[in-house]
Amino acid sequence: MADAEREAWITGIGMASCLGEGVETHWQALNAPPPGANATLFPPYLIHPLTPLDFDKQIPKKGDQRQMEPWQRIGTYTAGLALDSAGIKGNTEILSRTDMIICAGGGERDLAVDAAVMTGLPKATDPGTFLNERLTSDLRPTLFLAQLSNLLAGNISIVHGVIGSSRTFMGEEAAGIDALRISLSRIVAGQSDISLVGGSYNAERPDLIMLHEVADLMLKDKFKTVWARGPKGGHAFGTIGAFLVLEERAHAEKRGAKPFARLKAVVSDRSRRQPGDITAALDKLWDEISRDISPGALAVLSGATGAEPATGEERAFLKKHPELVVRATGTYLGHGLEPQFPMNVGIAALAIRHGSLFPPADSTGLEQPMTGAPQLVMVTGVGHWRGEGLALVEAVT
Amino acid sequence: MTSERDKAGRPIVVVTGMGVVTSLGAGKDENWANLTAGKSGIRTIARFPTGGLKTRIAGAVDFIKVEPFTTPDLCERLSDLAAEEAIAQSGIGRRGDFPGPLFLAVPPIEIDWPQRQLLVEASGTNGEGATYDDALRGAATGRFANFHPRFQIASVADHVAEKFGTKGSPISLSTACASGATAIQLGLEAIRRGETDAALCIGTDGSVNPESLIRFSLLSALSTSNDPPEGAARPFAKNRDGFVMAEGAGALVLESLESARARGARILGVLEGCGEMADSFHRTRSSPDGKPIIGCMRNALADAGLAPEAIDYINPHGTGTPENDKMECMGVMAVFGERAKSIPISSNKSMVGHTLSAAGTIEAVFSLLTLQHQRLPPTINYQVPDPAIPLDVVPNKARDAKVSHVLSNSFGFGGQNVSLVLGREPA
Repeated sequence: MADAEREAWITGIGMASCLGEGVETHWQALNAPPPGANATLFPPYLIHPLTPLDFDKQIPKKGDQRQMEPWQRIGTYTAGLALDSAGIKGNTEILSRTDMIICAGGGERDLAVDAAVMTGLPKATDPGTFLNERLTSDLRPTLFLAQLSNLLAGNISIVHGVIGSSRTFMGEEAAGIDALRISLSRIVAGQSDISLVGGSYNAERPDLIMLHEVADLMLKDKFKTVWARGPKGGHAFGTIGAFLVLEERAHAEKRGAKPFARLKAVVSDRSRRQPGDITAALDKLWDEISRDISPGALAVLSGATGAEPATGEERAFLKKHPELVVRATGTYLGHGLEPQFPMNVGIAALAIRHGSLFPPADSTGLEQPMTGAPQLVMVTGVGHWRGEGLALVEAVT
Repeated sequence: MTSERDKAGRPIVVVTGMGVVTSLGAGKDENWANLTAGKSGIRTIARFPTGGLKTRIAGAVDFIKVEPFTTPDLCERLSDLAAEEAIAQSGIGRRGDFPGPLFLAVPPIEIDWPQRQLLVEASGTNGEGATYDDALRGAATGRFANFHPRFQIASVADHVAEKFGTKGSPISLSTACASGATAIQLGLEAIRRGETDAALCIGTDGSVNPESLIRFSLLSALSTSNDPPEGAARPFAKNRDGFVMAEGAGALVLESLESARARGARILGVLEGCGEMADSFHRTRSSPDGKPIIGCMRNALADAGLAPEAIDYINPHGTGTPENDKMECMGVMAVFGERAKSIPISSNKSMVGHTLSAAGTIEAVFSLLTLQHQRLPPTINYQVPDPAIPLDVVPNKARDAKVSHVLSNSFGFGGQNVSLVLGREPA
């Protein structure tokens, strides 16, 4: 069934983050010095909040917007940008057979309801009944639909009409890596011709900061670029919406779609995360992915989070390949977990299209200037807790 | 010997191992005995206080103790039991060394209330005016570092991958109530692509906790027929009033026919086809024309290369909500025409409840047992027929039947629909 000629092009990209919305805005911002992070929203934690979006532009019905919490609005909005970018928005013939793999975590909580429960539980005579009564009377019935991981996909189906197939991968950073890996495999094997892949993450959530603060993973007080956060390290959450349209070459050519780049390969693995495991996992994935590439104008877009030991071990891997020119987008975007990898694959495609890489932003010397145009960009994804992956994006010549 | 490829030239995918845990018991034997005896696993909830709740029943798996209770801990234990049974039956690989990837359907994991409250208490607050600022101060004490890995969504799959030695990056997935079927579909596709000879596909759900129950209750999705609990789940009956939340896990070892034959494995059934179609109508309701669920079933039949006439039993989604059962009936009538009335269709959920993320996998196991035993489990609690649903729901009592091909439906909130076609033996 697999046809050796089949390949996946990236024909649409949608992105939104602290840098703004849209591919060109991102490219310009990446070519300027890093803007730093916000220290006032959730002090002492640093985060990269979203530049406000006019949701009406991609989610025209207010009723639809009301049914969503921010993470779903950001995702549905960005998915719309990607469909626009690919030129298939509103094309019901194509959308009815467009496959979808979303990477998602869980949705927002009602912070006021949670606070009322936190306040009342210690003095409740019957804590169990108190919890039941408060949640029953105070939670909005539709909030659940804004929390369910698979309902970002559901909203994209409703708002944009993507209905070919719909799967949602969860599991933090690895979800984004595997969503791309499986979508690519399906296209190459002839199981899919066109696929919408991506997700969204809302950084402005104290409940998520809490879950990472228990393990002391958050960057606090002072902003530093991701490579300069050792030895303790830390990540600064970043709000990210990132979607790609992957399309089989012949399908794209037939409708005259212009590719940003080709998604050549995506590989992933799970290491046990004993000391040295991440570097070893990346070595193994590199062996797998680099078999048929010649060294030269190869750039690396790292998804390094700044959290340790993940970032230090990724650095150890990169230092074994001094010929690779490295950039870490996390310095600009912060860390957005599930959609981080699709975002970086999108940025890699932009670098290919622009024929250049943005300047280094690193005081440690790992990032070096690049002369000439990258022909091939490798994207790394090392989860803050689990999951390792690499992707190769190359020019369509 | 028949071909190892299907009509479309793809590797035929078979099942060589199955495991299941539900409120009816642990393992295939106990489940099948109780299922065909028409027993219910639905009970009054004992895990937590139910004061102030409209729904006080569930198909909780209480014979497995998890202390302190957390949803991911129970999801893990249920996955372990189902996977152990499936892998042992299959005889594949070596202990702790499963030769293929893991696809795990799992509920979205969140920190539970008892743990959240521990963080608030650790801040030293007396509770007055408490907010997430207090929880953050408690988090910063460093005493709860283990909450981080525990409540990562990837943690359940990570545990299963470690224990059974599956290969590559384990995939955690959700298509709501269709998740278990999606896990099987992803395994089927991976084997058809030739990426692997085997896949471990699991659906697990251990989310009978106060907040999860209340969320479904607020959507008016749950039965409130608390007394007697075993009479609450009434799929297809006129007096059905919602589904009953339940827990459990199902596991399948999928394998290419070629690989199964090469190692002399016993073939338990064939995964003949899979179809899906998403619904763009509404977040919780099916499109009124039934188009997505009709398309989903037709896609599964087409993928299996079978005409509707080949299906002789349907394992429906059959949740027992007024809406689902009406729409599913309409879809079945559209796909199967006049013959729909004579194809037996019985809902396992009448006995085990709705196991949510696990349902698609558990019901695939029960569909395969139906094929194996040539016996149809009943739809229990069917006392008041609904004239709008003129189907043979195998009311109240199991019966023998000749079954060669089963269609198993899973329809999720959010409009994600998946249908599987399962067969008895390679064509």
